[in-house]
Formats: sequence, structure tokens, C-alpha cells
Amino acid sequence: MVLGKASSSSLSMKSDEDVVNNNNNLRVLVVDDSPMIRKLHDMYLKKFGLEVQVAENGKNAVELFRFGASFDLILMDKEMPVMDGAEATKELRAMGVKSMIVGVTSLDSPYEKQVFMEAGLNYCFNKPLIADNISFLLQELNKNNNDKN
Amino acid sequence: MDVVNQLRRQFVDYSTSLHREGILDDQFTQLQKLQDENSPDFVVEVASLFFEDCEKLINNMGRALEQQQGVDFKQVDASVHQLKGSSSSIGAMRVKNVCITFRSFCEAQNREGCLRCLQQVIHEFSLLKNKLQTLFRLEQQILTAGGSIPVIE
Repeated sequence: MVLGKASSSSLSMKSDEDVVNNNNNLRVLVVDDSPMIRKLHDMYLKKFGLEVQVAENGKNAVELFRFGASFDLILMDKEMPVMDGAEATKELRAMGVKSMIVGVTSLDSPYEKQVFMEAGLNYCFNKPLIADNISFLLQELNKNNNDKN
Repeated sequence: MDVVNQLRRQFVDYSTSLHREGILDDQFTQLQKLQDENSPDFVVEVASLFFEDCEKLINNMGRALEQQQGVDFKQVDASVHQLKGSSSSIGAMRVKNVCITFRSFCEAQNREGCLRCLQQVIHEFSLLKNKLQTLFRLEQQILTAGGSIPVIE
């Protein structure tokens, strides 16, 4: 079925303006060694009005926190050079990082996903991340923030 | 206006055929929907990154499988795993499906099976690249003629 006009987004920005405005203070870190995935997730998240930073591997992500950065949400790939997602997640939790950490992986095996979860993730999704996953995570984030207040 | 409508129709037909042949799946449509006036080249940029990624990974797989001293199947599998992730993220369904079979040959440490899969990956990747480049050229022609790109559901 053809809708007609060009360049429309699956997010109707006018009707979701409130959602975008509510998300303006939320900061997300995308950790993935693939430039393609970083670009894709960056675009998805910005559509939701989120502020996005990217890191190429787990070590860079950990160093950002060591240097005082903070994020509300971390999207963590599993397989990365230098430091993988599970190792980075364990390090961040050991440092006392309480941000929501969400694994985004193309792992097939439920066992491997479980091991990744046990590193300290809040959730784990299959690649590719889709708009519904992000909506769900934002709901959870906003719920957590409301509970704190 | 006739030229624009003709080009738009060509675009729709071509795009539909890519989905019907299983070359692209719904994930590609989702990428197209992310593109907007602020990022008019988003899909082309993502596709370019995917092509670079693919070529690098195919070379890695080829080198690993050529090792005379003994194939490191874990290394091959790591590249296939990465390609599977990238291809599903862009909606390259047939490339992704070959990767799934490829991984089972890696697990079985079957060099012949892996080599066959590598050939299939190369074939599917070349096909996808050509088809996407044709699609992007059609888009450019529509825009040059003063038209807008149809959105396909």
C-alpha cells in the first residue's frame, strides 16, 4: 500500500510532541562497535527527543563514567573488541552505576542471553532495536523517575 | 508531472519486488520511515556503512577459512555473527538467513560447508548492493524531477 507523500516518519512528531518534550532531559549512551548500529540507534533515540552519546566499546563506556559522565539509559552491545558488553556491565555495576543498562544483541542462545543478563542488565533485547522497545524503556524510565520523586 | 508519476510508480514496483523476493524485509521500511527533512540521506548513509561492514567481514571470513594450518572456526563465527546482526538491522533478510546456516557450519567445524556459505553470502551481498543502489538512483531521479518519494507500508 502506498501512502503518498515523502519522508514521513513512523513517529508522528506533532501528535507525539508531548512525548518528545518529556524525554528532553533523558540522556542515553549507545555502546556498540558497529558504526552502522550506532548511527541507527542514534537516529531512533533522537526521534524520541533523547540526548544521545555513543561509545565504540565497553572500555570507552566505562571510562565515560569514570570521568564523571552520567546517563539515564545505556544500550549495550555484547560482542565488542577491547571490552565486551558483559564485562563493561559488571564494571559499571561494581562502580555503583545505577542507570538502566539494556543489552542489545544478536545472540541466539537463551543461555548466552541469561549470562549477559546476569552481568547486571535490566533488560535484554534482540537486534534490531525497534520503536516499541524504546517506548517500553522510556515508560520504565519515567516510572522509575516518578517513584524517586 | 507524468514523468514524476512514472518514476514514482517504478519506485513502488521496484521496492515491492525487493520485499516480495525476500531481499529486504520490514526492518528496511522502518529505516525509511526514520528518514526526514533533517536527515534526508539517512538510509543511504546507513546502507553505505553496511556495505563497508559487509566487505570487511567477508574478507575476514575468507582469510580465516583459507588458513592452511587449521581454520579458527570461532574467528569465522565471530564475523558471521556480526554480519547477522548488521544484516538484520538493515533488513537484509536473505543475507541474514545465509548467516544463520553459516553459523551452524561454523559450530560443526565444517570447512566445506562454511566455504559454500561464504560464496552464498558474497552472492546475496552483491545482489543486495546492486538492488539498493538502483533503488537509491530511482529516488534521486524522482527528487531531481521535482517529485517526492512514495512511502510504502
